[in-house]
Amino acid sequence: MADPMKIRAQMKGDTAEVRVLMSHAMETGQRKDNAGATVPAHFIQSITVDVGGKRVIQGQTGTAVSRNPVFGFKVKGAKAGDKVVINWVDNKGDKRTDETTIAA
Amino acid sequence: MKQRLSTLLVAAAMSAAFAVHAQQPVKKPVPPPAKAAASAKQGGITAEFEKFREVLEEDNPAELFEARGEDIWKHKKGPDGASMAQCDLGLGAGVVKGAYVQMPRWFADVGQVMDAERRVVHCMVKYLGYKEEDIRKQPFSNVNKTPDHVSVITYVAGQSRNLKIAAPQKHPKEKETYEIGKEIFAYRAGPYDFSCATCHGEDGKRIRTQDLPNLRKPDQAIRAYQGWPGYRMTGGFMLTQQWRMNDCFRQQRFPEPGYLSDSITALLAYMTATANGQVYKGPGIKR
Ligand code: HEC
Repeated sequence: MADPMKIRAQMKGDTAEVRVLMSHAMETGQRKDNAGATVPAHFIQSITVDVGGKRVIQGQTGTAVSRNPVFGFKVKGAKAGDKVVINWVDNKGDKRTDETTIAA
Repeated sequence: MKQRLSTLLVAAAMSAAFAVHAQQPVKKPVPPPAKAAASAKQGGITAEFEKFREVLEEDNPAELFEARGEDIWKHKKGPDGASMAQCDLGLGAGVVKGAYVQMPRWFADVGQVMDAERRVVHCMVKYLGYKEEDIRKQPFSNVNKTPDHVSVITYVAGQSRNLKIAAPQKHPKEKETYEIGKEIFAYRAGPYDFSCATCHGEDGKRIRTQDLPNLRKPDQAIRAYQGWPGYRMTGGFMLTQQWRMNDCFRQQRFPEPGYLSDSITALLAYMTATANGQVYKGPGIKR
């Protein structure tokens, strides 16, 4: 199973700043291993972010995203204590959901 | 699109030309103004990279490895039910906080001075049933794998974040190890007749864009510690101090030491004690 994400969420004025670090190989499908065999593509394909029960991001990602990627975004109108739920699904169907609450 | 591509290609060609130029042997002394300009340019590159690194350090993927290491430390059991709670990193069984910045140190149970990496591996073999010969097969991370012991070291290092380096120099063996390290640091040999001090014994030296720390000075010796273990952006894996040491042996054209060798512990003891009193900021990020 995939390793947990690291999520940080904090209010700055009326805006929540959310940052998430995901543990993923993000193989492009272009790399060859030591034996010369192509390492199959393996990457996060979709990401969703819910804040306070409301979907704020639904995104698609591809092989241009780095290994162990970091995403950061700002959510207006969120408040301290709101739950942030982040989910990703990769091209092999592996997935992971983690959550945190927004700090004041 | 096409235009952007050609701009990129020009940039690539320019940097290739620059690299070739930089490798040309110096035939005559470079006049001072040109030299000053060149080093200002280098300084610029380093400064730009430092800014980039600072931004990335806020969300350093090293944290993912810290979390993985913490999980192993706290939850993994050995074949006979032992765990890392029994591992003494010098401050008592199971105490992790502050231990990383207080090694290398004398460990009476093994009658040896050990650096942090060596001690962690020792405990993982002793309590968790890892096989030393397996660890030796792949001691360092690569793009395919960051081994478990590297994650555990990263966790242990993270537990000394923002603490002062305080490698003990009380036990006679700790002092002896320091002296041996100092001697190895200055020992010239190999096809180029290099020592560590050839590259790290004076202020203001650099190789290409990398500034080389003068590791004999306390304020620069901290760089033997700072940022290690480090997350290597190219490839996305963790590298430890032991890896850095091996790679410098390679650069020096010395035979690479075996993993966890006495000579590395001695070098680390020397550099760490030189950096004593400075604040360690935790696992870092490297290009
Ligand atoms: C041929 C020159 C050369 C020699 C000899 C050499 N090194 Fe290095 N060293 C380097 C370079 C290049 C780097 C990478 C600097 C960077 O990435 O900023 C480095 C980095 C380091 C670092 C990490 C510094 C940092 O900022 O992370 C340490 C510690 C170190 N060397 C110790 C040693 C020791 C100990 C020896 C002797 C066994 C040694 N070096 C021999 C060139 C050398």
